[in-house]
Amino acid sequence: MGLELDFSVVLERWRALLDGAALTLQLAFIAVICGAAIGVFGAIGRRGGNALVERLCGAYVEAIRNTPLLVQIFLVYFGLSSLGLKFSAFTVAAVALTINVGAYTTEIMRAGFDSIHKGQIEAAEGLGLSRAQIYWHVIIWPGIERVYPALTSQFVLLMLASSVTSQISAEELTAVANYIQSETYRSFETYIVVAFIYIALSFVMRFGFWLLGLALFPRRRRLGTPL
Amino acid sequence: MNAHSAPPAAAAPVVALRNVHKSFGPLKVLDGVSFTVPRGEVMVLIGRSGSGKSTALRCIDRFETIDNGEIEVCGRRVDDARLDVRALRQDVGIVFQSYNLFPHLTIEENITLAPHSVKKVPKAEARALAAKVLAQVGLEEKLHAYPEQLSGGQQQRAAIARSLAMQPKVMLFDEVTSALDPELTGEVLKVIEALATEGMTMVLVTHEMSFARGIADQVVFMHKGKVHEAGSADILSSPSTPELAQFVGTGL
Ligand SMILES: Nc1ncnc2c1ncn2[C@@H]1O[C@H](COP(=O)(O)OP(=O)(O)OP(=O)(O)O)[C@@H](O)[C@H]1O
Ligand SMILES: [Mg+2]
Repeated sequence: MGLELDFSVVLERWRALLDGAALTLQLAFIAVICGAAIGVFGAIGRRGGNALVERLCGAYVEAIRNTPLLVQIFLVYFGLSSLGLKFSAFTVAAVALTINVGAYTTEIMRAGFDSIHKGQIEAAEGLGLSRAQIYWHVIIWPGIERVYPALTSQFVLLMLASSVTSQISAEELTAVANYIQSETYRSFETYIVVAFIYIALSFVMRFGFWLLGLALFPRRRRLGTPL
Repeated sequence: MNAHSAPPAAAAPVVALRNVHKSFGPLKVLDGVSFTVPRGEVMVLIGRSGSGKSTALRCIDRFETIDNGEIEVCGRRVDDARLDVRALRQDVGIVFQSYNLFPHLTIEENITLAPHSVKKVPKAEARALAAKVLAQVGLEEKLHAYPEQLSGGQQQRAAIARSLAMQPKVMLFDEVTSALDPELTGEVLKVIEALATEGMTMVLVTHEMSFARGIADQVVFMHKGKVHEAGSADILSSPSTPELAQFVGTGL
């Protein structure tokens, strides 16, 4: 008896799948933007002089890196509701994913910032640049350029991991899949289709980051060599 | 001199160290160093490795703080804890052995960065300034190149141009040719010579003795953290201490 696959009942629900994919991308987009901002400040905090700030940033990173994403999501979910705050599943998912990716981004950016040679900073100091100007022109941008591939991977990983937020009924792609398979009893087909959609989303994201990289790093665009 | 009136500006030295002491932990690196560089003069610092030349230079630009003594640069007390360090660094240009150009910026961007963001020179004006200083070091055609596309000598000249764009009152050079082969060394030294001719006040650390002889108004030989011998460039040909004699004799 061969395997009989029937995709029609799954593909029939393309509208729902598309909505789910769009929500997944939205979650990823929000978490990446906010997480990148957290990453920059977190990395500066972990490097910059103040022992208390350094400890706090370090504790944040370690707490996130050593707990499962699903547990983090539940902590945000139940944490907010026990404070009497009522947010949509989407908001909770976005917050949890942001906190999660912010920690990983902090670590990656710290590695990037640390890779900037001391001589670069001294040269900038010698020219009279302020600390903030040195960070912005000499540490942050070239630092991010160095670790851009690692950042991109982390962000794509985050998009894939967002599937876990189906557990709190955020209506993203995996939640839609769960719903479709329970309705159609075509579980295998459903997840095959969804897997391909995730692959497509990954490609879309990687392409987007490639374009963004061209815009952000003109030296790389012109010379084609890594910094 | 009349004690009640300030000395005329022209007579005030651009750089003056008075009995400067500096230790790194237990290691005494500057042990009562004094020297004075008047406006428009070139002072060459020489000495064995570890004698404290770089440290002395770095103290002038407040990259190191001193334990004791006085440093005065362009009328500012550098040893004062309340010193406006960024204001000092606008008056002082410093160039290191490793060029430290910013690799992600074009040569033009390297040069315009500080004038634009520190001195608030408008972009267009800063670009004109970049073209001017690059012409000064003979690199006008490299405006839009990236540092890695330049030879070592060209990178060092670009680094000098970047400092010049801030229109410093004094330039500090720390072994700026040590990483270069003889041919490239020559092109960098020529740029420094041209600056001297134009009247730039300079303090330079170098191992190029013939260059030192040609350019120095004043030579300071450092030995074990002290100014062991100082004078005109003539001390290089007729040293009066055995240490300097040995130092120039070895051709270092
Ligand atoms: N930041 C530092 N911490 C500890 N020791 C230092 C530091 N900077 C310099 N030193 C030490 O101080 C001494 C003088 O160093 P300095 O760099 O001033 O010598 P130099 O005359 O410039 O030598 P070179 O010709 O090798 O450049 C050396 O023994 C060096 O190891
Ligand atoms: Mg040195």
